[in-house]
Amino acid sequence: MDLPLNVLIISSLIKIVVVVHILLIGVMGMILAERKVSGWIQDRHGPNRVGPWGILQPIADGIKFLLKEDLVPDHVDKPVYLLAPAIILVPALVTCGVVPFGSSITVSGYEIPLQIADINIGVLYILAITSLGVYGVVLGAWASNNKYSLLGGLRSSAQMISYELTLGLSLIGVLILSSSLSLREIAIQQGSYPWTWNFLIHFPAFLAFTTAAFAETNRLPFDLAEAEQELVGGYHTEYSSMKFAMYFMAEYMHMIVGSAVAVTLFFGGWQFFGLETVGGPFWSGLISVGIFFVKTAFFLFVFIWVRWTLPRFRYDQLMNLGWKFLLPITLASIVVTATVWAFTQSKVLVGILNVVVACIVVAIVSTTLVMTREPEPVEDRGILSFTKESSS
Amino acid sequence: MLTDYLPILLLLVFAIGFAAVNLALTHLIGPKKSTQAKLSVYESGVQPVGDTRQRISIRFGLIAMLFIIFDIEVVFLYPWAIVFKKFTENSGYFILIEMLVFIGILFLGYIYAWKKGGLSWD
Repeated sequence: MDLPLNVLIISSLIKIVVVVHILLIGVMGMILAERKVSGWIQDRHGPNRVGPWGILQPIADGIKFLLKEDLVPDHVDKPVYLLAPAIILVPALVTCGVVPFGSSITVSGYEIPLQIADINIGVLYILAITSLGVYGVVLGAWASNNKYSLLGGLRSSAQMISYELTLGLSLIGVLILSSSLSLREIAIQQGSYPWTWNFLIHFPAFLAFTTAAFAETNRLPFDLAEAEQELVGGYHTEYSSMKFAMYFMAEYMHMIVGSAVAVTLFFGGWQFFGLETVGGPFWSGLISVGIFFVKTAFFLFVFIWVRWTLPRFRYDQLMNLGWKFLLPITLASIVVTATVWAFTQSKVLVGILNVVVACIVVAIVSTTLVMTREPEPVEDRGILSFTKESSS
Repeated sequence: MLTDYLPILLLLVFAIGFAAVNLALTHLIGPKKSTQAKLSVYESGVQPVGDTRQRISIRFGLIAMLFIIFDIEVVFLYPWAIVFKKFTENSGYFILIEMLVFIGILFLGYIYAWKKGGLSWD
């Protein structure tokens, strides 16, 4: 398993270049897919002028971003303003470093794992690095010295830290049963068949994780940070040219990496009905990469699908969902997973009880919310209230 | 052990280089025809009113404090979750009861924060 240092460095460099380029191409693909799928959902064409079926559209977009004027307004805090896009883009790129995108591939006698770095604290690394993304948003918003930017940044930071709790807590159930923080280890332990994957054992935690992932990427229905109708562009209002594109790229990269992490932790990673072991030590590696990409692509489609299905939340609804529903659900899921496992050691029972308890928690919370809701103030309407007031 | 982190370092260098090249390229290639209107604060095309650095709602600070409290809980739960299986096999339910007490105390704090209105936004 241990590779010599020179092989390690060369293989990692190749993997880094390939993965980063796949990520960038993935961003381009997502920009096109988003507009094509939106068109399909809304019964229109989407981009179809640049190249056949509009497939060159993202390249045209990229060139245009690069050729636009690099504007630095007078009123901004210059060093922070210039650094903020880099601060959000670098963590987005670096997170992909621990995601295993395939089993392993054997080249000239060396078995090279298809993962940039298999470190034993993978899950912690992902959580730590993704939470750095909030700095890019807050610093960019603050440095822009614009009211829309500041409001967008404030909303976004409060939203991201609220849902980060859910993101962290929802993974603990998975960790209890896998006893490892290495993403590769967690993926392998789930086995090849869908009924042994983690999303069935930890279904409420999986839903909470997906919801939190939507919130962390500032996607609809959680896009209050850049709600166009209220805040123009949100935290990137004052950014132009490639600096704006860097915010854009970071958002799409977060989506892609988030989907990849969800696939690894809850959907068995690169495994699918034993298909990943077909072929020799070389081809099986490539097939596993293919399976992983298909699963990730499905998640990315869900991201777009949800965007055109759900309307935007109001801010108090957003906070209620995060603090009053998702937090107790994930806490309950941890307690249930630990208790049931300690007494019965049965994954089936853990799965069933997780869902049952999550339903009970939702019932309790919604009852409490309905019971404690203050009655709407009765509006003074028309002539009745007028006469009442004048008579007194 | 430390060589495990070498690829991460390489990736970090690569990412920083990519970001720097992007910033530099767009600065060099793009046209530079700035006018006074372009350089002023964007407020939907009308004259900017007042200053940006104003007081903001205390709710944002409250959310940040609650986040820190619960995030520390999450940090404590991670090592516990990793050793949980090994401990239950060797020394029974002690680790479970311990963590139930810990989560129980924090849950009381959560209920308190809810009752005091710390979690509601209006």
